[in-house]
Amino acid sequence: MTAPAKFVGRSVPRLEDRPLLTGQGRFAADISFPGQWTMRVVRSSAAHGVITSIDASAALALPGVHAVWTAADVAHIPPIPFRLTGLKALEPYRQPVLAKDIVRYVGEPVAVVFAQDQYVAEDAADLVEIGIEQQQALMHATDEPGAYTEDLNTEPSVVRKSYGDIDAAFRNAHAVVAFELSIGRHTGVPMETRGAIARYDQARDILEMHGAAKVPHWNRDALAQMLGRTRDSVQLYEGHVGGGFGIRGEIYPEDVLVCAAALKFKKPIKWIEDRREHLIAANHSRQQQHKVRAAIDAQGHILGIDDEFFHDNGAYMRTHAATVPDLAAAMLPGPYVVPAYRAVGHIRLTNKTPCGTYRAPGRYESTFVRERLLDAIAAKVGVDKVEIRRRNLIGKAAMPYTLGLETLGTHIVYDSGDYAKLLDKALDAADWKNLWLQLLKRRAAGEKVGCGVAMFVEKSGLGPFDTVRVEVKADGAVEVITGVASIGQGVETVVAQICADALGVDYAGIRVIHGQTDRIDKGMGAFASRVTVMCGEATRLAATKLRDKALNHAAQLMQTKADALDIVNGEVVRIGGGASMPLGEVARSLPDGLSAEDTFESAHMVYPYGVHVAAVRVDAETGGVTIERYVMAYDIGKAVNPKLVEGQIAGGLAQGIGGALLEEFLYDEAGEPLSVTFADYLMPTAREVPESTILITEDAPSPLNPLGLKGAGEGGANPVGAVIASAIDDALGRPGAITELPVTPQRLRTILNGAAG
Amino acid sequence: MKPAPFIRHVPKTLDEALKILSEVAGQDGRVLAGGQSLVPIMAFRLAKPAHLVDINEVEGLDRITSDGKTLSIGACVRHAAFHKPVVDNPLGALLTFVARHIAHYPIRTRGTFCGSLAHADPSAEWCLVAATLDATMVAQSTRGERSIAAADYFQGIMSTALAEDELLTQVRLPLLAPDAKFGFNEFSRRAGDFAMSAALVTYTVQGGKIAGAHIGVGGAEPSPRRMADAEAALNGQAPGDKAFRAAAEAAASAIDPLEDHQTTGEYRRDLVRAVVRRALENSVS
Repeated sequence: MTAPAKFVGRSVPRLEDRPLLTGQGRFAADISFPGQWTMRVVRSSAAHGVITSIDASAALALPGVHAVWTAADVAHIPPIPFRLTGLKALEPYRQPVLAKDIVRYVGEPVAVVFAQDQYVAEDAADLVEIGIEQQQALMHATDEPGAYTEDLNTEPSVVRKSYGDIDAAFRNAHAVVAFELSIGRHTGVPMETRGAIARYDQARDILEMHGAAKVPHWNRDALAQMLGRTRDSVQLYEGHVGGGFGIRGEIYPEDVLVCAAALKFKKPIKWIEDRREHLIAANHSRQQQHKVRAAIDAQGHILGIDDEFFHDNGAYMRTHAATVPDLAAAMLPGPYVVPAYRAVGHIRLTNKTPCGTYRAPGRYESTFVRERLLDAIAAKVGVDKVEIRRRNLIGKAAMPYTLGLETLGTHIVYDSGDYAKLLDKALDAADWKNLWLQLLKRRAAGEKVGCGVAMFVEKSGLGPFDTVRVEVKADGAVEVITGVASIGQGVETVVAQICADALGVDYAGIRVIHGQTDRIDKGMGAFASRVTVMCGEATRLAATKLRDKALNHAAQLMQTKADALDIVNGEVVRIGGGASMPLGEVARSLPDGLSAEDTFESAHMVYPYGVHVAAVRVDAETGGVTIERYVMAYDIGKAVNPKLVEGQIAGGLAQGIGGALLEEFLYDEAGEPLSVTFADYLMPTAREVPESTILITEDAPSPLNPLGLKGAGEGGANPVGAVIASAIDDALGRPGAITELPVTPQRLRTILNGAAG
Repeated sequence: MKPAPFIRHVPKTLDEALKILSEVAGQDGRVLAGGQSLVPIMAFRLAKPAHLVDINEVEGLDRITSDGKTLSIGACVRHAAFHKPVVDNPLGALLTFVARHIAHYPIRTRGTFCGSLAHADPSAEWCLVAATLDATMVAQSTRGERSIAAADYFQGIMSTALAEDELLTQVRLPLLAPDAKFGFNEFSRRAGDFAMSAALVTYTVQGGKIAGAHIGVGGAEPSPRRMADAEAALNGQAPGDKAFRAAAEAAASAIDPLEDHQTTGEYRRDLVRAVVRRALENSVS
């Protein structure tokens, strides 16, 4: 028997907040060790060139400088391996920890300085002279591939996904709509920049790295392998993390360098990234150009979608390898019936910062593409944008729905969903009819206002497993130990809520240990909106096991049967009243203590889905866009903590708006990055992010786990570019006007001028 | 993000400050007031001054005074000092209105009016105010004191008539007529960003017609300046849409627009047309 839910489903306060709000947070930069050296990276100032010389003599002569490393000093370290979607063909394109012979983007690490403190390190880095013979930079993924090495070109691979008879679909089409669309280069920009502090404990022969995030266990194994050590002799420690968004916590050259240096010099080595570095060195994302067309029948039903796209991955293939283009291709069909489909995604390298995943990777991109198509189909057929979506949605009765595509090593099977119902709910929440009428009136009065709608299917809960151990300490405290990570999303609270209900204790007394490789042997980390689903269910399993164990043992002590007992508020009690026993006492009476471990395995992802509605006002004279209304509906099966889900969705919206209107990494034709400060790379602020209405629904619990959980991390960001584009089109009265993100005032003004001329 | 090494001097008197400045000016010495522009560019190592003359503790530089004709703003007066009107004259309300558009609150509590003028960013609001209202800059050095008219002071992007050893000790703004109208408008990508174009207008209405118009445009050219053609288009006209549009068109035609990788000259003209008209509309709303 499981106790009724007391905590799951409630917006209880975050357990994480007390330390953070009382100044007890320990972020990477807060961690220091006695005698530590500071590392500073000397980065390439050229986008593409041959290194002809490196002269570190002036740097080495500076008082306080301990050493300078170049590629020769790390020749024994292999390039950084892939974590996901690593195709063999991509391996020659992995990034070395320091550039050897050739530099491929501005910001690439070429040398590192080790010095007594940050000031001296930066002074010394300025003195390292790097001679580079510049070569032509390749700046556009749509250009003909160039030479990467003598034998290889800059197209490492092509992602191909298809099903159905696409040629027949177009042959039989009543009409075809076609687009060339592009999504700008932007990325997650956490408040906390990256940081890594390595320390080598000679006495125990243990290498420690602090400042880990996201995937500490995988990184531990990879670092051990790269440095030629056993996995047990490398331990990673996650502190507080100021945001992840996909980019933080992957292995980058700097992580490897601090570890290698700690081993070599037997000194703690600290590296904290500055913001300029962050904007040129940490993963970029998103940049794609799509040539897409859809075949439709006379009523606007989709017969087929054919997409060829160019994914600009920057200078190297980093840990995510082909993940982003793979997901873009696999998730493009979305919530609609698409009888035939073909996607061909060219992975192209350019002389820009390398790319990785960013919140809703591949989906922000392909949702923009798909929803642009839907709007165009509506215009072609002459029905409104809501009706065209209704006509094409996958019906509830079709669930579970096998898409016929694979991604991240799983078959895509939409596990549950009632897409039409959520569309109705979202439109109700937006008061769509009135909104439409009001905007119509204002347009008649000369204002350029409009509204848009976009739908999407997300994916979450990537397996293959998560393991959790739950322990009751001798003093009755409960500890949950997991191999997932906290990047600020509320893991501790959510896991505690699930554990509390399964075990019968107060969530506030549960300590959740995460991101520590020395506390649990295996762990998958925090990505792909997987934690609540995978770790949540593993926690429920382990806590249930622990509860049975506790009740069986307590039954002996209390001379009754286990099924006559219950656990309430941490006390084993007799059902119907009588003597009770604290869980701590049960734990103390067991020679090996009271603990249980369990694993949740899942071969399939779970698929939340959502609808965004936006209304915008366009300033025709300046090209400025103001978002007047924003509604987000998201069905996540079961919300463990609705307030935290709202936070996820609201935060995702802000980032989505960044990519839709503001954020863009620009380069000149020589490969010089032009967006290297927050004055040039425009993050949305509280003034640019509108108030929004968030509707969390639980109409389609996942059948793949007992609580019905689906992840909620990425639905706030996924369709924002798509819905803003739809709304701007409407404001301009020109379906299909927006083909490029972000919609900057300059670009929008050009579109408006095009209309006038 | 650590600056290159520098020596910070902290004089207590103006004489002392000017003396130090004269000594270090030739060795890449710079004046530090609010530091809201200088310190970030030092952190990026785009500027590596060997000496900083920190004037924050110099007696008497934080004063705002008025003699009934002009408003004098000392070198250490912060932007935030203008959050409420500092003088019972339309100028006080004008400065309050404009101050709200300068960056963000924390920056306004530290950055200074004169520092903004010494930095001379093309889109700085205070530079636009100084140019539009024909401010007088008072520069002092160990060699003496001189006054510089706004039209002579701004010499391009982050370039002014100040000599290396001169400290901008004061800016003098003429008070406006008691019945003067003013309007301001700017366009930026985000709230608080540097304006991509900004306009400030002042005028009086005499017998139903506009007189003594000042129309200044910032952010569109290397330095803010008054737009004579636009002013001519406005003077003698009744305030209203027709006159405002004509003035805006004149300003847009007259500028020699700044261009960058994202912003064409044509777009900059569009913005100037919009902000000038909106500033004029703002003056009557």
